Amino acid sequence: MQVTGTVLTTRRVDAYHALTVVAPGIAERFRPGHFVSVAVGGPRTSMPTRRAFSVHDVKPDYGGTVELVFSVRGAGTSWLAERKARDSLDLVGPLGRPFPVPRDPCACVLVGGEYGSASLFSLADTLQQRGCRVDFVLGAASADRVFGALRARRMGETTTLTTEDGSLGLRGRVTDVLPSVIADARADVVYASGPMPMLRGVTAVAVEFDIPVQVSVEESMACGYGVCMTCVLPVLGDDGVTRMVRSCVEGPVFRGERVRFEDIGTIPFDALGAPGGRAQEGGAHTRHVS
Amino acid sequence: MLTPDMSVDMRTYLAHVELANPITTAAGCAASGAELAQFFDLARLGALVTRSITMAPRAGRPTPRMAETPSGMLNAVGLQGPGVDAFLELELPRLVERGARAVVSIAGGSVAEYTALARRLADAPGVAAIEVNLSCPNVEDLGRVFARDPAASAEVVAAVRTTMRYDVPVVAKLAPDVADIVAVARACVDGGADALAMINTPLGMSIDVDTMRPSLAAGTGGLSGPAIRPLAVRCLWQVHAALPGVPLVGMGGVLTGRDALELILAGACVVAVGTALFHDPYACLRILRELEDLLKERGFERLADAVGLAHRPPGAGPRHRIDLEESSL
Repeated sequence: MQVTGTVLTTRRVDAYHALTVVAPGIAERFRPGHFVSVAVGGPRTSMPTRRAFSVHDVKPDYGGTVELVFSVRGAGTSWLAERKARDSLDLVGPLGRPFPVPRDPCACVLVGGEYGSASLFSLADTLQQRGCRVDFVLGAASADRVFGALRARRMGETTTLTTEDGSLGLRGRVTDVLPSVIADARADVVYASGPMPMLRGVTAVAVEFDIPVQVSVEESMACGYGVCMTCVLPVLGDDGVTRMVRSCVEGPVFRGERVRFEDIGTIPFDALGAPGGRAQEGGAHTRHVS
Repeated sequence: MLTPDMSVDMRTYLAHVELANPITTAAGCAASGAELAQFFDLARLGALVTRSITMAPRAGRPTPRMAETPSGMLNAVGLQGPGVDAFLELELPRLVERGARAVVSIAGGSVAEYTALARRLADAPGVAAIEVNLSCPNVEDLGRVFARDPAASAEVVAAVRTTMRYDVPVVAKLAPDVADIVAVARACVDGGADALAMINTPLGMSIDVDTMRPSLAAGTGGLSGPAIRPLAVRCLWQVHAALPGVPLVGMGGVLTGRDALELILAGACVVAVGTALFHDPYACLRILRELEDLLKERGFERLADAVGLAHRPPGAGPRHRIDLEESSL
């Protein structure tokens, strides 16, 4: 649903910005893993595409609030970073396929990279309510880019932090420490959210342990609700066929081992409808089509 | 006398097919239709124009497929779609069930492929009209786009027109980046097009100065959004001036009712909304409401009276105006 939300508070969290927005309809329907898309630039904006953000926190205050965490990367996010309390914001959400949660209590390792960890805390909450054990592994390039370390320490059975420059926790990447965390926690499932290379690494580790892994991908998108067809990635279906699926509608949460990480940014030759494939006569000749 | 609460007659005709209102989605901007149906009732659209349907399923282009540009965006989706079989089996029946008027856009790489598509669609129930996407590379002409060549465009249109049922209008969709759009338009009409749609996205490109590489994986992409609206107005203007009797579907950066009215005044009797749908899922209904209000404010009783009105000679009054003596309210 589309909601005109009102900004309640804004804050800086290390390298990131966080906006709390009163958006009752969205807060009410939210489940961990959902995201929202935001129109940027105001009513006469020159930026026609929406920006997608994962939701850090949902609270019942004022009928329901959602908190978005983002880093300033361009004109849209810098406009968003300038919002002040009482400004209104055009949100559409909650969007996407949320994290599936286990029916019975089990041990879960939650892996977050950069601000991708923002979407893991509501998940941790839900898992703990179901009696699951939650262990966190959070990482980033440097200390100021690790999001939510304190909260993870409060919530998790254990919390392992990694930074590439060694400024916080262990020097290295989340995938360096993940095997020992999975082993120590006797983890049954891994959830991960963060940059694509990290998700690829985490999936490889989980596959080695032969445990399920759910990843929340971050792809650039224009709408967030499935009409622009720009956020696609190659994913293997139940029938063994690779399709270019939208990360906004079919995702953003996928079973890690189904995502063809090594082929992201390409159309795999065996994907349904790939150029030159059997399914498409004359496909090899296609040039630009608009 | 026109009272403020009197509603404007928004009905319009796409060739002989009556639409309840002039606002439709633009091809390729509403996915399967189900995505927008979560937000509003598709039956409230004048029509839903589908993505361009191809014979075989298409995976489309690699990512990145989209780059935002000033007041616009570039896209190179590459006609990702399920192919005509899955479309007829799954998507079209859902649109019909939802009460949407479906204008089916088709795309092919050869005249034979367009003909084959038309044959598949000829007996499908619920096809209100066919839109022929001519901005496709012609495999028989070294990949030159049909829309750039009046003769090739006419050939495709004629093939589709002869294959489709006589009571289903065939709309030719034209590209703006051609030497002479009127020549292409005329060729399509001579080939049997019942209506013309313009504009498809002109080719554009952007380069990321940080990576120093093209922003899109495909290099070039179609430019859409308000940035191209003046181009759409110009094309509609020229074609309506040359072929005043041909119904025109206008599109190109329509974000508001004012924008839609601009295209109508240039000669469009139907207005398609594309990029705006990525910004606002309710764009079509909002634009329709705004357009109706604008027409009402200007004293129009019927949308049809505003079509092409900007072409009237200077000094001439509007074809329809409020009776001044009675408008003192």
